[in-house]
Amino acid sequence: MAKDLVKALSDLKEQEVVKIVEERLKAKEDPLKILEDARKGMEVVGKRFASSEYFIPDLVYSGEILKSVTELVKPKLTKETETKKLGKVVLGTVAGDIHDIGKDIVVFMLDVNGFEVHDLGVDVPPQKFVEKIKETGAPIVGLSGFLTLAFDSMKQTVEAIKAAGLRDKVKVMIGGGQITDEVTRYTSADAYGKDAVAGVALAKKWAGVK
Amino acid sequence: MQTKLSSPKKDVTIGDDQPTVLIGERINPTGKKKLAEALKAGDLEIVSREALAQVQAGADILDVNVGTFGVDEVALLPKAVRMVMDTVDVPLCLDSSNPEALEAALKVYKGKPLVNSVTGEEHSLKRVLPLIKEYGAVVVGLVQDDEGIPKDAERRVRIAHKIVERVEAAGIPREDLVIDCLAFAIGAEPGSGVAVMEAIRRIKAELGVNMTMGASNVSFGLPDRELLNNAFVVMAVAAGATCLIVDVAKVRPIILAADLVLGRDKRARRYIEAYRLRPKPDRQ
Repeated sequence: MAKDLVKALSDLKEQEVVKIVEERLKAKEDPLKILEDARKGMEVVGKRFASSEYFIPDLVYSGEILKSVTELVKPKLTKETETKKLGKVVLGTVAGDIHDIGKDIVVFMLDVNGFEVHDLGVDVPPQKFVEKIKETGAPIVGLSGFLTLAFDSMKQTVEAIKAAGLRDKVKVMIGGGQITDEVTRYTSADAYGKDAVAGVALAKKWAGVK
Repeated sequence: MQTKLSSPKKDVTIGDDQPTVLIGERINPTGKKKLAEALKAGDLEIVSREALAQVQAGADILDVNVGTFGVDEVALLPKAVRMVMDTVDVPLCLDSSNPEALEAALKVYKGKPLVNSVTGEEHSLKRVLPLIKEYGAVVVGLVQDDEGIPKDAERRVRIAHKIVERVEAAGIPREDLVIDCLAFAIGAEPGSGVAVMEAIRRIKAELGVNMTMGASNVSFGLPDRELLNNAFVVMAVAAGATCLIVDVAKVRPIILAADLVLGRDKRARRYIEAYRLRPKPDRQ
């Protein structure tokens, strides 16, 4: 049974996933076990995406399936077992850039993977990132940008975080079509994720999730 | 409406009674590691090679973009433009998000170029339109504004209206504006294909301007990219796009077919000529 859910989810069989989850809930199974299987299924999806067997629409679809699983399971969770969020992430497209497609996918994938995501939108000035980090206490920050001029904004945002005395309290990841290791060094970010799967993996690593 | 571009030796006309004009996209370091490295080192030899190859593949205009991390575009764009002008005789599309780099390139260009681009954002309109007026160039208008990138057709159309108004207010004739309805990766933004096609049809009906489309990006993140790109460009042309920014060698055959279907290739001269030039094993 357990294996079925992992397989159905990783093969993107939405109806099958929903059926299995409903049956397992009816059989009074521990909802956390169901979520654990779903997580394993998502891991397989991530691997298939990384090896170019799956593509962006597959990834987004897997997220949507996971969302329906979470919604089915939610009412069965007791207060204590209620899914603890993995951690908070503050994320946005940096000042001067308004590209949002990639950022929105990362936000969505972080969200369905159990993070509490604070999406600041596009063209976000450095100070707004700083304020949100202070307000939420989020230990993870994601800076998105597609234009080359976004790299300067990323650098300035990291500097503003530093000036606010928060640099050693947060890990900063950057992402966008043209980001490289060189850009990561230039901006003084901690790392870059080349796609949404890599971004989720970084966030999990930093949140101490295996 | 006819939009005219020129180099010292060639004139190109964009219009809906004309064959679709193809703008070669390959001189652009985005996603091209080798070219990016060469540009950073100030090496323009690969630029010249790409220019020649694209014109041989049938490009009517060449886009020149040198924007990548670690490159001073203000210094390099005019150099690259000179290099391409020395190599081929087609008109050029000067491409940068940095207005100073555009101005530096306009200074060295001979003829009437296309400039890529102005957007509906205030800072862009204010900075770029005076340059277009001063140098008598044609400008590509991207339908994004201070509120961001449009998701639907409605906002695309609204921003196109705004750009047309501002262009004319700046003393630039409407035919010297080519609107780009902004195509996005369809795998990531599933509704964008439909929105783009509707926007093209409406802008053509309401404003009559020529329209272009960067068309290789639509297949980002998907397999069999050429297949999707081909479907997309044909639909865009049928909807009213009159020039395309594309990988010419890959897209030209299908565009020649589309132009023939749409009555823009009298007696199928272009279509048949391209067939004759293809080596025998590649003919279908």
